[in-house]
Amino acid sequence: MDKAQTRLIRAARVVDPANQRDETADILIVDGVIRDIGQNLDAPADCAILDADGLIAAPGLVDMHVHLREPGYEYKETIAGGCRAAAAGGVTAVAAMPNTKPVNDDPSVTGYILDKADQAGLAAVFPIGAITKGLGGKEITEMGLLSEAGCVAFSDDGLPVMDSGVMRRALDYSRTFGSLVIQHAEDNGLVGCGCMNEGPVATRLGLPGIPNASEDILVERDIRLVELTGGRYHVAHISSAQAVAAVADAQQRGLPVTCEAAPHHFSLTDEAVADYQSDAKMAPPLRCLADRDALREGLARGVISVIATDHAPHDDDSKRVPFSQAANGVVGLETLLPVSLELVRDGVMSLSAMLAAVTVNPARLLRINRGTLNIGAPGDVALFDLNEKWTVDRATLRGAGRNTCFHGRDVQGRVKYTVFGGRVVYVDQNED
Amino acid sequence: MNADNNAWSRKHLLGMDGLNREEIGAILDTASAIREVNHRPIKKVPILKGKTVINLFYENSTRTRTSFELAGKRMSADVVNISASSSSVSKGETLLDTMANLQAMNPDVVVLRHPNSGAPHFLARHLDAGIINAGDGQHEHPTQCLLDLLTMQDHLGKMGRDNFEGMTVAICGDVLHSRVARSNAFALRTLGAKVRFSGPPTLMPSRAEEVFDVTVHHRMEEAVEGADVVMMLRLQQERMAAAYLPSVREYFRYWGLTRQRLELTRPHAVVMHPGPINRGVEIATDVADNPNRSVILEQVTNGLAVRMAVLYHLCTGAARSASNIAGE
Repeated sequence: MDKAQTRLIRAARVVDPANQRDETADILIVDGVIRDIGQNLDAPADCAILDADGLIAAPGLVDMHVHLREPGYEYKETIAGGCRAAAAGGVTAVAAMPNTKPVNDDPSVTGYILDKADQAGLAAVFPIGAITKGLGGKEITEMGLLSEAGCVAFSDDGLPVMDSGVMRRALDYSRTFGSLVIQHAEDNGLVGCGCMNEGPVATRLGLPGIPNASEDILVERDIRLVELTGGRYHVAHISSAQAVAAVADAQQRGLPVTCEAAPHHFSLTDEAVADYQSDAKMAPPLRCLADRDALREGLARGVISVIATDHAPHDDDSKRVPFSQAANGVVGLETLLPVSLELVRDGVMSLSAMLAAVTVNPARLLRINRGTLNIGAPGDVALFDLNEKWTVDRATLRGAGRNTCFHGRDVQGRVKYTVFGGRVVYVDQNED
Repeated sequence: MNADNNAWSRKHLLGMDGLNREEIGAILDTASAIREVNHRPIKKVPILKGKTVINLFYENSTRTRTSFELAGKRMSADVVNISASSSSVSKGETLLDTMANLQAMNPDVVVLRHPNSGAPHFLARHLDAGIINAGDGQHEHPTQCLLDLLTMQDHLGKMGRDNFEGMTVAICGDVLHSRVARSNAFALRTLGAKVRFSGPPTLMPSRAEEVFDVTVHHRMEEAVEGADVVMMLRLQQERMAAAYLPSVREYFRYWGLTRQRLELTRPHAVVMHPGPINRGVEIATDVADNPNRSVILEQVTNGLAVRMAVLYHLCTGAARSASNIAGE
């Protein structure tokens, strides 16, 4: 990989939602930090130059919902492998969920993750600590010590915090540190043995279904707890129309409630399960068209302020089994940008608003210094061709997990270079 | 049914969903013709000599497995039975690995029963052999459906009909978990019959009316009134533990097939059940044993003929040269 941390990106269309910038300009990065943005900047001596004519330069994307699998599940993915996938998707900052083995409920695990990420050097990794010890749903973790160690938020993702009393304490306690509490909102009792969305497709396929109410009930309960505690609450991978409406209502009442949507939820429906396609199996499940449309409307209105992938790599053996036995989850880092750009082409969001949802908005929620092209910010830039058409092919994915639900999908918009701290960490093979 | 036997060109039989009238007719016609073999002193014909059929059963089943085994043997196929409890599955081998090993023995047909919906579709994507779904999870059970259709067809004359068009079939009980109900609903609607589902709301699939083009009746009397066929489903006792129902006695009170409820049907109506029956749970003993109404044992007899017909179609002729994998 490229070693130079001083670089001039020349003649890109610079789109930086945080600064409402959209103009053709040069970006000068010195010692890994953005030094200047403007027309016809002079290149310092020995500065590497990247000709970006015709490309869009956006802040390096921030994905606040990623599973890196290490420690414990290295056979599915490693931190280095996950960061490689991030780089290939133009993502320079990922927030890593704590459902590793051991769980990230201890500062030593947080430190391990950060060390491994530093060694990989391909993206900034921001660990998310567990809400409860061992993801057991009973006792809250040492949120203060975990925050000091580098955790930027707390979540038991993969599992909901089912006990209302525990969730109340988590929201209450986290206020001390201003931490965001991220809920995987699914009521276990209603999920039962369900393995896809409840509805006509599940009925036809004879698969046990999961109703929208499983998500709605937990989101509405948690909003009551936010009212009680004042904690900062965020719904991970929101999927149902009613849950979006509940969040919108809470926001109107001024509560600190936010949510994110994943590209698969706003671009696909449960029809994608069709012939028992295990790569379309995820939690929460792909919902019906009305839900998909509600997510798009939520994104358009800003109720859903963040797009996050829930990147969940699995080994082939976890997916090459009958549908109901297959593991939940899909990879998403490498398809985040082109699938999200469909929102722009479909007139749901402006380019700037869409990019805000994958840059500055998640960065502000996590309170991390990423997602902008501010002078003095880390020199993280995603350079992409807005118009290049390509077809998603699982065989060409860079991460270890290739369980994509977008295999074969024709998309538009391709990352050409990813610059991380001034260094080029990804080059599209067609640009080599 | 006077369908052309060549109407069948599928490599697999994964379900009744999507089969057309001609395809269903082809199987039923073959089954009608072939069942005479089962009444000969020497119950064996050489139709499938040299063909290999593997019965792979991940769930316990006596009648279906025996029926497939006999069907293959009576047509001179080499039949191998494997049950999950006695195979490498109990040592942790995955379904795909098990099948890959069996595939290496180059079988012509694999008959799969599996607790997971879609398991036969999964195999059909990965393996060369023809796959017969012998019941997958709560999805489909196409050969049970075909034997039900053959049994109904045998009684069409008694009903004053010459086909299924306009016939009313009430399917009652635990529809949610029933692969028999699903397969029958798909096929009966294809053949022009009217289908009613009946059972408690906790045991009814989501949006059943829309998916199966049926009517749903939570009061059983509504469902059986004027019906030509009443098809009872087995209540799986484990549903009690999962709190789908409060008790067996309450279930029988509201959804059991009693003589009184049977009297609401057409005078010629037949009573069917895929077996094994739970007497006093979903069906009263005097109804189950009523020789004028119950065709439950005829169903078992027809099961053998239908499975012979399905094996025949999958092992021979157009089916084996079909390039598509329709039937998925």
